[in-house]
Amino acid sequence: MSFAPAGFITVRRVALAITFALLLTLPFWVGNSYYINISSQILLYAVFALALNVLVGYGGLVSLGHAGLFAIAGYTAALLLDAGHGHFVADVAAIVVTLAASAVFAVLALRSTGIGFLMITLALGQIVWGIAYRWASLTNGDNGLKITTRPSPFGLSLNGAPAFYYTTLLVFVVALVTMILFVRSPLGASLRGTRDQPRRMNALGYNVWLIRFFAFLFSGFWTAVSGLLFIYYNQFISPPIAALQTSAETLLMVISGGTATLLGPIAGAAILVIMKNVVSSYIERWNLVLGIIFVLIITFMPEGLVPGVTRLWRKGWSTLRGRKPEPEARKTGGHGS
Amino acid sequence: MTMHRRKVLKGIAGAGVGLAALKAPYVWAQDAPFKIGLLTVKTGPLAQGGIQMEQGIATFLKQKQNTLGGRKIEFISADTGGNAAGAKTKAQELIEREKVNVVLGPLAAAELLAITDYVRDNQTPLISLGAAEDVTQRNANPFVIRASSTSGQCTHVLGDYAFKELKFKRAATVAEDWAFGYEQMAGFQRTFEEAGGKVVKKLWAPLNTPDFTPYIAQLANVDCVANGFAGSNPVKFMRAYADLGAKARFPLLAGWTAMDDALLRSLGDEAVGVVSAHWYSSSFDTPSNKQFVADMRKDYNVLPGGYSAGMYIAGQCVEAAIKLVGGKSVDGKTFADALHKVTLDDTPRGKFSLDRFGNVVGTVFVRKCERKDGQLVNTVVKTYPDVSQFWTYDEKAFLANPVYARDYPPAKNLE
Repeated sequence: MSFAPAGFITVRRVALAITFALLLTLPFWVGNSYYINISSQILLYAVFALALNVLVGYGGLVSLGHAGLFAIAGYTAALLLDAGHGHFVADVAAIVVTLAASAVFAVLALRSTGIGFLMITLALGQIVWGIAYRWASLTNGDNGLKITTRPSPFGLSLNGAPAFYYTTLLVFVVALVTMILFVRSPLGASLRGTRDQPRRMNALGYNVWLIRFFAFLFSGFWTAVSGLLFIYYNQFISPPIAALQTSAETLLMVISGGTATLLGPIAGAAILVIMKNVVSSYIERWNLVLGIIFVLIITFMPEGLVPGVTRLWRKGWSTLRGRKPEPEARKTGGHGS
Repeated sequence: MTMHRRKVLKGIAGAGVGLAALKAPYVWAQDAPFKIGLLTVKTGPLAQGGIQMEQGIATFLKQKQNTLGGRKIEFISADTGGNAAGAKTKAQELIEREKVNVVLGPLAAAELLAITDYVRDNQTPLISLGAAEDVTQRNANPFVIRASSTSGQCTHVLGDYAFKELKFKRAATVAEDWAFGYEQMAGFQRTFEEAGGKVVKKLWAPLNTPDFTPYIAQLANVDCVANGFAGSNPVKFMRAYADLGAKARFPLLAGWTAMDDALLRSLGDEAVGVVSAHWYSSSFDTPSNKQFVADMRKDYNVLPGGYSAGMYIAGQCVEAAIKLVGGKSVDGKTFADALHKVTLDDTPRGKFSLDRFGNVVGTVFVRKCERKDGQLVNTVVKTYPDVSQFWTYDEKAFLANPVYARDYPPAKNLE
């Protein structure tokens, strides 16, 4: 951020503070529990998109299998709750199982990068979908699994929309903070290194495979957490959640918002959830509108919504102050800020 | 004095726009409008059925000038996209944001299962079109009624008819690889085998099968094939079935979605001769059905089938329940109880009542597809009156068994 004008940083800080204050008070000013629930959905998908962004944005590894991991967390929790276990056991087990699955995914998929990685993760995700769909004696097939209760940590019931929203917000903030720490950590820096210059990193003595493996686990962990939020939110899970469409939608959130940025996946999640759930009740052809939005984003802001708006904003700011816009190279170099 | 003042106010408003005067009776009525929410599917492979659902309820509300039992109706439609998570969010939209008094739909079984607990927790009655058996059986829900049919309700009849009237001895079944397919074919197998027949092959095709040839090629040495396809799959299946010459060798039987009257305009000669069991027939002679079919033809230029008739009948149930509670605003539980008490004499499917689980007991039609004056029609060849979801079985014994599934009841005669 050191290249940005001083005024810009202040604006950014103020904007972040306002956004956070708005999020914190959201249940009081939106009023209707339906919109509180939509906000919970945005936040839970934002956690999922942030998790995927670790690989897609910072690792340069495009995964189409994350819906599988997302569903594994949900199904594990649902099955254990169904078997009579408590929420704590179910949640911890869901995260452990998903981490184990992530490790298996990583070992198989990290044999290659690029298209190869994409195809292997796609196949693995579809296997999870196939199991959810066809192993009906375990997963109840197409009819899906229900859970009857949401957890009540410290005696606080999460049944109401505001209570669930605050839980999701808390998880979201923790996820965001760990993402910031991860990106700024040496591991995050070396992951970006393996994205941009894998051979040079190798030559410098870094274990490229191991760095990617850890990144995959980190991504898998937050995918599991978002999968848990999903199952507690819907209290229901069925095979379409594990299918390619979920992976593709999440990837769209990351790409449209801006890969390798922290705010991008959040913006992408907001766009997709709002289009799918809110706009669709006013416009029947909401798919078309969503498509147009994506085309516009790709055309005018190929780097994604958040970096794109930032670029336009800076340009506007500089013009306003009568300065020359900064050279292009510097801004594109600002990955990971 | 108040009268006078109101008159003046009305005069002021009315002077500007006639609209205010039009709204005046509404101001005078004590109750807010009664809100009906529809969960339907307008995008994806199930969209055709979903659009027909909306046409059905729209036709009913138009006939009634948007007033049921003295209550003004407000109608809100929501597109679930045909998946469980979408159904949940849209149910939240209808119930929490729009505060509807009753929900109609959804279409698919998985959608229905995803929201049954939710509507109960939120005390909102629901009139289902989704056929999932257990919603009105082992997991019966006091807030849900179903005036269409369970999955097995029509195929029980089909299995019985195939053996007893058509004298088929050996059958194969083919349906989509999902709960609706399993439950339908289980119902067929049960009555067909208990009558004395044998189901020797059960095939399952994925919902989005591009080509049915591999499944049709597996058929051999049977007297008939029962199919339980839904959505637009029956059209694809029947075409392939005729093209591959299977139709001439193995007569085709069909569940209600597989030979719905609304599909007829997409079908050709490949459909002629197909025998199906359906809880609705567009040719059934009741006053309300005549009016319904005529209005659907006029407004949408379509022959209605089960999807639109189901929602039309759901509208009739709402009207009957509003009358039962005297047109008053009541809470969800009271309204759900009233819905359970509904019996109707004149509906497009004839007269029916609901059993204690909220599922319909009504006529099932066996029809044969024919070409009359160049048009395909499903001619009713036999009617089974007062068919319950339990067919002729004892309710207790029926419910003591597991729910119908891919492997229940077990197929002992597979070859």
